[in-house]
Amino acid sequence: MAFKTEEDARAYWRRNVRLMAIMLTIWFLVSFGCGILFVEPLNSFHLGGYPLGFWFAQQGSIYTFVVLIFVYAWRMGVIDREFGVHDD
Amino acid sequence: MSELQIMTFIVVGATFALYIGIAVWARAGSTKEFYVAGAGIHPVANGMATAADWMSAASFISMAGLIAFMGYGGSVFLMGWTGGYVLLAMLLAPYLRKHGKFTVPEFIGDRYYSKAARIVAVLCLIICSVTYVIGQMKGVGVAFSRFLEVEYGTGLIVGMAVVFTYAVLGGMKGITYTQIAQYCVLITAYTIPAVFISLQLTGHPLPQIGLGSTMTGSDTYLLDRLNQVVTELGFTEYTSQVQISYFNMFVYTMSLMIGTAGLPHVIIRFFTVPKVSDARKSAGWALVFIALLYTTAPAVAAMARLNLMTTIEPEPGQYLAYDERPTWFKKWEATGLLEYQDKNGDGLIQYSADPATNEMVKVDRDIMVLANPEIAGLPNWVIALVAAGGIAAALSTAAGLLLAIASAISHDLLKGVFMPGISERTELMASRVAMAGAIGVAGYLGFNPPDFAAGTVALAFGLAASSIFPVLMMGIFSKRMNKYGAMAGMITGITVTLLYVFQHKGIMFIPGTEFLGDMKPNWFFSVEPNAFGAIGALFNFAVAIVVSRLTAPPPEHIQDLVEHIRIPVGVAAAHDH
Repeated sequence: MAFKTEEDARAYWRRNVRLMAIMLTIWFLVSFGCGILFVEPLNSFHLGGYPLGFWFAQQGSIYTFVVLIFVYAWRMGVIDREFGVHDD
Repeated sequence: MSELQIMTFIVVGATFALYIGIAVWARAGSTKEFYVAGAGIHPVANGMATAADWMSAASFISMAGLIAFMGYGGSVFLMGWTGGYVLLAMLLAPYLRKHGKFTVPEFIGDRYYSKAARIVAVLCLIICSVTYVIGQMKGVGVAFSRFLEVEYGTGLIVGMAVVFTYAVLGGMKGITYTQIAQYCVLITAYTIPAVFISLQLTGHPLPQIGLGSTMTGSDTYLLDRLNQVVTELGFTEYTSQVQISYFNMFVYTMSLMIGTAGLPHVIIRFFTVPKVSDARKSAGWALVFIALLYTTAPAVAAMARLNLMTTIEPEPGQYLAYDERPTWFKKWEATGLLEYQDKNGDGLIQYSADPATNEMVKVDRDIMVLANPEIAGLPNWVIALVAAGGIAAALSTAAGLLLAIASAISHDLLKGVFMPGISERTELMASRVAMAGAIGVAGYLGFNPPDFAAGTVALAFGLAASSIFPVLMMGIFSKRMNKYGAMAGMITGITVTLLYVFQHKGIMFIPGTEFLGDMKPNWFFSVEPNAFGAIGALFNFAVAIVVSRLTAPPPEHIQDLVEHIRIPVGVAAAHDH
C-alpha cells in the first residue's frame, strides 16, 4: 500500500469522489439540464442566430465536456501529488 | 469514366496506399504489441487514434444526415457521443489502465474472480461489437455504391473485401499509427466542405459560427430561414423538433453516453498509454479531436437540409423540373437510395411533409453528407476527399472493433479459458479467423440493416450500456460487488435490452420476425428501442446490487485488488502472461 496510513487512503478516495461528483453535476446540468429539460425556456434567449437551448444541445455541452475532462485530469494530478501516489 | 470518378480513385487510392504503408512499417511483433501496442503510445497520439477508432461511418457519413432531418432531436447523438468521454475519463479509463491487462473481459474475469463472468463478458462484447460492425457495413456500402456507381449490395461486398484485407494486416500497433493518419484524412475531409458551404451561405469560414450567423446578403439568420423553409412545406420547425418526447431524448442521450464508456474497443485504447495520468489526459485529447467534428456536424446538417430544400424548390411554389435535375440527383437515384415518383404527372419535383403529395418518396439519410458537397456545387476534388474521409472513418472503426472481437475470442475464450496452452502463433491465427467470421456475419446482416447507419450503431451503444458499463463501474467503485451480482446484472441488462430491440426490429434484425403482438411500438414510456440501453443499464445495476447483497462478499485479495487499481502509483506496463 502506497499510503502512509489507512486514514490517508480513505481521504484520498473521498477527495477523488468529491471532485468527480462536482464534475458530473456540471456534466449533467449542461447536457441533460440546459440541452433537454430546460431547453424550451432557454430557447427564448438567443446567442446570435442560435436559440440558447438549441445551442447548448448542439454546441455548448460539447465544449463544456472537453473542459471538464482537462480540469479533472489537472485536479487529480494535484491530489495524487499531495498524497504521494502520483505516477509522473 | 467521369472526371469525378477518376479523382475519387486517385484520392481514395492514395490514402489506402498510405494506410497500408504505415500498417506494414508498424506491424506487431508480439502479442503485447498486437493487443495493446506495447503500452507505449503518447497520450495525444492515443487521443487522436481513439478519435479515429471511435468516429465511425456513423459519425462521418450518417450523423449529420440524421440531424438534418431530426433537427433539434438529433442533439441526442451530439451530446450522447461526446458526453460519454467525461464518464470514461472519470469512472473507468484510469482504473482499467492501472489494472494493466489486454482486454475488457480479462478485467471482468480478474475482478470477479470467475471464468464464467469472463465468458459472459465475452458474449456481451461480441453481441455489441457485431451490431456495431453492421452499422459500419451500411456506411461502407453506401460510400462504395455511390463512388463505384453500383447497387448498394455490390458496394457492400466490395466494402467487406476491403475491410477484411485491411483488418487482417493490423494488430493494435499498426492500427494505432494507421488510425492517426485516418484521423487526419477524415477531419480534413469533413471540415473543408463545411468551411466552403459556410462561406457560401453565411460568409463566415467557421461552420460553428456560421450556423449562428445571418445569410449572405440579408439580415435573416440561417436557422430562422431554415425554420421558415421547412415549416412552409409542412415539416416541424428545425430548432424545436423533438425526437418522440423529451423523456425519450433524455434516455437516448444517457444510453449513448454510458454506451460510449462501455464499448470495449474504446476502452482498450486506454490500455495503450504508459501511465494512469496519461489515461485521464488521453480521454481529454480524444474528446478534443472528436469535438472538432462534432461541433461542425450540426452546421453541416442544417446547411445540407437548407441546400437540399432550396435546390428542389428555389422559391416558394416554384419547383425544380425532373428533367433538369442535377447530376448528383441522377447518380444517387442509380444507387436506389434516392427515389422520385411523379405523383401528379406534371414533371416537377414537389417535396412536402404530406405523404400523399410528396414526390421525393425516398431520401436515405445516409446519403446527405456524401451528397452535400455536390448539392452545394463544390469542386470535384472536395467530393473525392469526402469519399476518402467516409471510407477512412468506416475502416478505422471496423479495424478497432474487429480487433476487440478477435482478442475476445482468441485471448479470452481460447487462451484464457478453453486452451490455456496454445502458442502465440496459434492465438494470432485464431484472431484472424475470428475477424473473418465477424466480417461475414456483419456483412450478411448488413444487407438488411435494422436502421440507418447511425441508428444501428446507437443500438450497439445501447447493448454496451446495458451490459458492460455497469459491471465495470461497480467493479471499481464497490468493493462489495461479487461475481454473482456481476453475472446476474450483465445477463439481465443485455437480455432486457435485446428483447425490447428484437421485439421492434426482428430477431437478429431479420425482417418479419418482430414479435410485437398487441403492443404498440415504443410501448415503454414512448422510449424507442435505440434508446433502451439506459433502461437496460438500470436493470443491470438493480439486479447486480440485490444479488450481491444476498450472496457472499468477494474474497480478501479481490478487495485488495480494488484498493490497488484506485491509485495511480505502481503501474506496470501491461504485462505479458
